[in-house]
Amino acid sequence: MTTVGLYHPGTSVLHRLPAGAKLAGLAAGITVLLLLEDLRWLGAAATAIVVLHAVARVPARLAIAQVRPLLWFVIFLLAVQLLLTDWQGALSVVLTLVLSVALAGLVTLTTRVSAMLDVVESLLGPLRRVGVRPDRVGLVLALTVRGVPVIAGIAGTVRDAHRARGATLRPWALLVPVLVRVLRHADALGDALAARGADDDADVAAPPRS
Amino acid sequence: MITVEGVSHRLGERRALDRVTVSFAEHRVGVIGANGSGKSTFARLLNGLIVPDSGRVTVDGLSTARDGREIRRKVGFVFTDPDAQIVMPTVAEDVAFGLRRSGLPRAEIARRVTEVLARFGLAGFGDRPAHLLSGGEKQLLALCSVLVTEPATVVCDEPTTLLDLRNARLIGQLLVGLPQRLVLVTHDLVMLADFDRVLVFDDGRLVADGVPAVAAAHYRELMR
Ligand SMILES: Nc1ncnc2c1ncn2[C@@H]1O[C@H](COP(=O)(O)OP(=O)(O)OP(=O)(O)O)[C@@H](O)[C@H]1O
Ligand SMILES: [Mg+2]
Repeated sequence: MTTVGLYHPGTSVLHRLPAGAKLAGLAAGITVLLLLEDLRWLGAAATAIVVLHAVARVPARLAIAQVRPLLWFVIFLLAVQLLLTDWQGALSVVLTLVLSVALAGLVTLTTRVSAMLDVVESLLGPLRRVGVRPDRVGLVLALTVRGVPVIAGIAGTVRDAHRARGATLRPWALLVPVLVRVLRHADALGDALAARGADDDADVAAPPRS
Repeated sequence: MITVEGVSHRLGERRALDRVTVSFAEHRVGVIGANGSGKSTFARLLNGLIVPDSGRVTVDGLSTARDGREIRRKVGFVFTDPDAQIVMPTVAEDVAFGLRRSGLPRAEIARRVTEVLARFGLAGFGDRPAHLLSGGEKQLLALCSVLVTEPATVVCDEPTTLLDLRNARLIGQLLVGLPQRLVLVTHDLVMLADFDRVLVFDDGRLVADGVPAVAAAHYRELMR
């Protein structure tokens, strides 16, 4: 089961920091990483990021899970960069990427999705005048995060059903049944949202924020 | 009091409900009938998820056609598939979702979420990712998410169908023990034994209505 992008509960300083501060810090951190080229500085940044993970008490397994999806891309990137520049340059590019993702991973591990949504919604607040509904954007983001394991689960079930019938695995044969189930799920989800009143503030003015 | 007056409703080519008239004020009302007999369509009328083609539905004097928003606040709905009802990534966030627009202070929302989770055996589950819960735990979560908004009525459409026997019993007992008015669609006649009233549907029509034993006998007769 993938653990990418999931909140890891805790009470550390990083957990208690407001989501807005963490997102601002993430933006600043990535900017700095992009500016650093010297491997010694990147090494120092790597150490700092490891220390931050320790402060947040994130298990190493979880921290590694955040960057593991990059593996093949990193190998590819390293190969291309080695053709273009020297090994220091290649390593520097790869480190910048991996450290940025690790830092972003740290923010997601220590921040609840709902806290992130609040930040997104207040950042989008000014766009309300031009017809953007910040709460809607927030809801869509939440449903996207929630949707990943659901769709992974559906794909797993369909694959198992094919295997159980002894079918040889051809990915495209799974596409239609997976799609059908995903659409059915979307339909049911729509009903559940309506039943929980998600549609009901569509026709009222935005309520005052406390 | 819930009243359904002369309601007919089409779904595609099919007449899912055919001139249904019934009103009830009982605490616990069951709904049974064959597959495709119109039970889910009937249940969906009660909180305005479906507004009927003809006829009218009122809940405590509010019309589902006119006062949809208030009705949905007063009538909670629990679906069959717990996975499709969970909209937020973690347990506590999902329960809090229904209170997002309530205007309650954050601390009060957190307090209510913790309280309802504890009441239904999910204490300490708040920060767990919802997709890692078992089927029974997911349905408990769905129930918590509905009850946290304190609806006066809870409508459930086969809430135990996808659960194993133990979880089905657990959810069944919790539902029957609720102080709220309960409308329960089910194929499980045993669960309805203590209900005040049971409605039997067949091919879109309400064909029997009475105490559980009588309704169940009628249903068994239909199934022959
Ligand atoms: N979107 C739709 N389009 C066309 N027909 C539909 C649609 N949804 C449901 N129906 C049909 O309407 C009828 C009533 O459906 P309903 O879901 O109310 O039955 P039900 O009693 O809940 O059945 P079950 O026990 O299988 O859940 C069924 O014959 C069904 O096939
Ligand atoms: Mg049904």
